[in-house]
Amino acid sequence: MEHVVIIGNGISGITAARHIRKLSDKKITVISAESDYFFSRTALMYVYMGHMKFEHTQPYENWFWEKNRIHLKKGYVKSIETKNKTLYFSNGDILKYDKLIIATGSKPNKFGWPGQNLKGVMGMYHKQDLENLEKYAPNNKICKRAVIIGGGLIGIELAEMLNSRNIPVTFLVRESSFWNGVLPEGESAMINRHIKNHHIDLRLSTNLKEIISDENGKVRSIIIEETGEEIPCDVVGLTAGVTPNIEFIKDSGIETGKGIKVNQYLETNIKDVYAIGDCAEQHEAIGQRRPIEAVWYTGRMMGETLAQTICGNKLQYKPGHWFNSAKFFDVEYQTYGWVFAKLRKHEAHFHWKHIDDTKCITVCYNKITNEFLGINTFGIRMRHETFDKWLTEKKDVDYVVNHLPDANFDPEFYKHYEKDILATYTNKLQSV
Amino acid sequence: MSNQINPSMSLAKPEANDLSVKQKLAVAFGVIGLLIFGLAIFNTNFPNKTLFLTISIGLITLGIILFAIDSYLTKHEGIKNDGVWFKSMSSRGILAWVTGVLLTSFYIILYFFPMYLGLSSNGEANTGLISLFDPLSKLLSGNPASQWFVYGTLYTLAILAFGYKFMLKYRHNRYEQLRTASVMFFQLGFAFLIPEFMSRLNVSPDYNLPYYDLKSIWPLNYYLFDSWSVNGLLSSGSLGLLMLIFGVISIFVVSPILTYKYGKRWYCSWVCGCGALAETAGDSFRQLSSKKLSAWKLERWLIHAVLVFSVIMTTALIYTYLGQDPNKFWLTRSAFLISVGLILTLIFSAVMLFKRNELGKDARYGSIGYFVVIAALFIMYYTGTTDEIFLIKSSSLRSAYGLYIGSIFSGVIGTGFYPILGNRVWCRFGCPMAAVLGFQQRMLSKFRITTNGGQCISCGNCSTYCEMGIDVRAYAQKGENIVRSSCVGCGICSAVCPRGVLKLENDSIKGRINSNDILLGNDVNLIELIKR
Repeated sequence: MEHVVIIGNGISGITAARHIRKLSDKKITVISAESDYFFSRTALMYVYMGHMKFEHTQPYENWFWEKNRIHLKKGYVKSIETKNKTLYFSNGDILKYDKLIIATGSKPNKFGWPGQNLKGVMGMYHKQDLENLEKYAPNNKICKRAVIIGGGLIGIELAEMLNSRNIPVTFLVRESSFWNGVLPEGESAMINRHIKNHHIDLRLSTNLKEIISDENGKVRSIIIEETGEEIPCDVVGLTAGVTPNIEFIKDSGIETGKGIKVNQYLETNIKDVYAIGDCAEQHEAIGQRRPIEAVWYTGRMMGETLAQTICGNKLQYKPGHWFNSAKFFDVEYQTYGWVFAKLRKHEAHFHWKHIDDTKCITVCYNKITNEFLGINTFGIRMRHETFDKWLTEKKDVDYVVNHLPDANFDPEFYKHYEKDILATYTNKLQSV
Repeated sequence: MSNQINPSMSLAKPEANDLSVKQKLAVAFGVIGLLIFGLAIFNTNFPNKTLFLTISIGLITLGIILFAIDSYLTKHEGIKNDGVWFKSMSSRGILAWVTGVLLTSFYIILYFFPMYLGLSSNGEANTGLISLFDPLSKLLSGNPASQWFVYGTLYTLAILAFGYKFMLKYRHNRYEQLRTASVMFFQLGFAFLIPEFMSRLNVSPDYNLPYYDLKSIWPLNYYLFDSWSVNGLLSSGSLGLLMLIFGVISIFVVSPILTYKYGKRWYCSWVCGCGALAETAGDSFRQLSSKKLSAWKLERWLIHAVLVFSVIMTTALIYTYLGQDPNKFWLTRSAFLISVGLILTLIFSAVMLFKRNELGKDARYGSIGYFVVIAALFIMYYTGTTDEIFLIKSSSLRSAYGLYIGSIFSGVIGTGFYPILGNRVWCRFGCPMAAVLGFQQRMLSKFRITTNGGQCISCGNCSTYCEMGIDVRAYAQKGENIVRSSCVGCGICSAVCPRGVLKLENDSIKGRINSNDILLGNDVNLIELIKR
């Protein structure tokens, strides 16, 4: 029986394992050094905030794995010998495979800041990071202030987490506005205000110079690059993006760039070795996507696709229309299609914002053909299926703005804003 | 690392959950209010009962309202679940156990030893706690209070005060606000005030109305067809007859139509009194329901067993009632039995004919089993094997049901164990009305919870906060609509979802039950391939 070994029990690896089991009778082993069972990484924040216990983040009951004959092995893979298809573990264990799927995800970026390895300095990615945070920031007596470096999705989540325990937060963002490499100006500005409304000390266009240690090797303060200001703190969160977690394959002969290089079939340069999820890097970007997509959804889709290939139905990874979502404190965000922060050639944006400053949308379209290209929505839930259909049918922007009620996904009895949006849209057209 | 999971992963108590000064004050008000009840139980004879009753009820209400205002209005609109698993009360800590024991003891005393609350016998004046409520009871119905009046008042008070708290907690969510306003209205009006006012009619010898909460529908209202209830209604002129007819129409006409259009939520989380208490006073315990597959299995067997029990019990009761005076009613014993048999057979064959494929294996065995039992009992009766319908005297069936289901299951366990087992134990495992509505919801209704394409991140908030113990995430992460008998449509899964994945909807029957192996967003060819 063919033995499929998967390194990594995150969403990519587990999706691959589940689908391989559905399609075949192969022997499956999933290896993880992080946790005994699959858990939802995106839910770790809710454990710290007390919304859930850790076991609630596990989507399957513990008996599920044995029942589906998916073997789970706890251990850290130290190196891979691809010639004789063998994995070597840090504790001396050895495991043979016939097909190998690498799905080891990411690790937080560290840009060589002085003091970046001090006690109390941490990312917010792994289960161990959460345990670390519990140790250094259990409450606002032990952690009098925390500083977060890096204004992305994990940074704002960490701010929300610390805020839930009344720990004062200083949030250093390199850019001139929160996440403005991704969000258009109006949206980014609204989120800036929303962050400040939650009493977060948001510092835009601000970089970290160094982290200062106390006598015990624990963080005491940080110094700001631009002003030289020293901010005393007990915890520093490093959330300036993530990098593929691939150290251990360095000497294996598997080709790497930033991540593990794969073709559209998710194959590496070595036969029978595949890579999926955050750690995979496409030789050539697919459509307008980035070569490395560190997103829950794409990890899952790669797992779904690769399972087909492994089980004899060779299939390219061809994701459909881009979509994503996040939550910024109390404001939900969804996106369908492409809305870039900076307008590309022939692109135009239609932006609408509600006066309460927690709801807005941005519609991106082609100025010449009027084709609808994508939408960002904040504080209004919209229907994935509807936008996927409109994008496939290449609807024009008039059609989309006029039919927004069809795409509404807010709970029943919620106030609707489509009329207001349409009126704003019509006014804009007239004034142009 | 060991398999042991630290419950909160917290080494020190998270400071954020300490009480504010206003909250401490609110707790003091509430406890002083309760203390007056406590003194009354130990027979303190308050000089001015009206005054002390007003003070205690006022203080308790004020305490809850002040606490809620300081908890929610000082923060932004949004989900307020910070620290739920750190707080003793909401995570089965010492406060939860103390509350559970106190509540359970209260129910045991209420149902089985009401004299300890001060209920009088032989027409003497009430004492203790019950006497404290005499002024209010006299004001409303003109009669002295009973243990049920005390219970009804406290029950209504809890729904109103905690309902207000719930509305503040979800002040960004109009669905939650409207349905809470609805249960508060039905509890205060239909369950509390109207029956009290109606009993004033009984002063006239023409009226002999039983206590009747019009929104409480058979089989939840299992005593509707008791002989004292039917006799009372029939001896109260056209009003009584009208009420009896309303009761019958509710279950056979109103309920099927509304459940078809809106799902069982129209009743369970918009009207029902049990649901009202669970959603308001019980809201802090919704995360305690078990999401295990084994709990779901137990639920399916238990709730349907209670339903069968209640159908048999009611059939036997009415059968016996009709036999007391064969010439009194147009409905004869045999006509009644035949029509019950016909209705059951009709429902059974319709399901087997049209919905066979939607039933799980055990559901099919279960329903066949129950049908065979009922059929066998009918046959036994008609072939003269036994004189007693269903082998047992109907009165013993009725008293067993009243004791085990009506009192112990719905009250002592259902509400007493809120802080340990969650707030919908009765609704999930025991309520025969929920079983009927859920059966229809699963088979013939426009209601479902739609999942939003591929947007689920499997975080588990929806499953954690489902009071009915539905593993919502299991469906959402597969892009599958949630169509479950037990769903009461409280809407909390949708509210707590951080990615806008869940929406309660009434839509066409077609495509209501869907199942996707590959979620929206991936290769269209792959999605097509899997569908084939």
